[in-house]
Amino acid sequence: MSAPEGALPTSVARLIEELSKLPGIGPKTASRLTFYLLRAPDEQVNALAEAVRALKLGLVECERCCHIAESSPCAICRDEGREQSVVCVVEDPLDVVAIERTGAYRGLYHVLHGAISPVEGILPQDLRIAQLIARLDREPIREVILATNPSLEGETTATYIVRQIGDRPIRVTRLARGLPMGGDLEYADEMTLIRALEGRSEVQ
Amino acid sequence: MNEHRLRIYRTEGVVLARRDWGEADRLVTLFSPSHGKLRAVAPGARKPQTRKSGHLELFTRGHFVLAKGRTFDKITQAHTEAYYPRLRSDLQGVARAALACELVDRFVPEGDTHPPLYDLLARTLERLDAGEPPDVTMLFYQVRLLALVGFAPNLTTCVLCGQPLMPADHAFSHDEGGVVCMSCATPGLRLRPLPLPALKVLRFLQAAAWPTARRLRLDPFTRRHVTALLHQYTAHVLEREPRSARFLREISAHDR
Ligand SMILES: [Zn+2]
Ligand SMILES: [Zn+2]
Repeated sequence: MSAPEGALPTSVARLIEELSKLPGIGPKTASRLTFYLLRAPDEQVNALAEAVRALKLGLVECERCCHIAESSPCAICRDEGREQSVVCVVEDPLDVVAIERTGAYRGLYHVLHGAISPVEGILPQDLRIAQLIARLDREPIREVILATNPSLEGETTATYIVRQIGDRPIRVTRLARGLPMGGDLEYADEMTLIRALEGRSEVQ
Repeated sequence: MNEHRLRIYRTEGVVLARRDWGEADRLVTLFSPSHGKLRAVAPGARKPQTRKSGHLELFTRGHFVLAKGRTFDKITQAHTEAYYPRLRSDLQGVARAALACELVDRFVPEGDTHPPLYDLLARTLERLDAGEPPDVTMLFYQVRLLALVGFAPNLTTCVLCGQPLMPADHAFSHDEGGVVCMSCATPGLRLRPLPLPALKVLRFLQAAAWPTARRLRLDPFTRRHVTALLHQYTAHVLEREPRSARFLREISAHDR
């Protein structure tokens, strides 16, 4: 659906093309955003450009929990006030944000960066599962909360992790069924998440 | 507006694939006995408060209500008939179901109806869930699927000379889609060895009804050989290895 050659200035066509590559944005939305920016004040456009440019600079993956952070260990891992014996395992950094927003969780995290998916060809070794298991053997962790999405991929990942934890003396729990199958954790409202955390139950 | 004006239709179907779409929607690929393979948008399906999300999980068989749309039809209601919880509970089960669904997705063009293939897929998911022998279930499925979509390998005569095959070891040609007898098997051709037991198993799977086929016992060598040959042949026909086939292979290697 790209514009015919020459119909738009190259800079406009280029931004439309780049925006269209983002998830959830089709050519129509990309065009709308581009023309919005064209009319927006210079400061706003520059601030956006600067934010995009700075995004990948100086960002690291936390060596402990694999969360995206400005330094490693990340702010959550450095916070000694947090419960050091509980780890909440999530698929994506955005899930950390969603759970932090509830203010109801005071433990640590582990970010997998995805979920096992046969259809997408994502295997256990493509995720930060080995790092999680290594943590369990190194840190005084007594409970692992599996907070992967209530989807086929999330459930499969949880099943796999349970198997990897094996008979280590660790309590393994799964978020309560307040989250219906198929939904995405990052879209859950705070009350639903709090109830899911509080109602978590032991696996097996 | 009445149902006719809105162009609403109902169908049974299996969820073959789904991916994130737009802000919080999902684009779902359904395989329906009456409407064939179709893609439809499920608005808001990623939001936990959308109750139909759970009915749109992969491998689920259910009833769906759809409304005609401009680009994609919209799924307005979904109701699960079979969720197959047992096959979901282990990695290999998930991998096998994924392969079964991916093969249909890859072989069937959008809009094509294929009731016998729908039946085969639904039964295969049921069998995997019911704990039927999984290896035989998958081999049976692949052989029957190839036949239903018009790629059954020729197992009775040599694909090069047309002579009936003697009960002996032969070779298999992916390019020709069948067995090559030993007198035709010259070194220049790209051939795979096909020992007699493997040929017998393939023929048996092509002909036997499931109640008989399920009793098939395979020695490990023949099982590996037939499994590999079918995977390679399928990948050859599709011109790319299915993602789930690679997944299943790696998971199985890990487990054994
Ligand atoms: Zn950290
Ligand atoms: Zn011949």
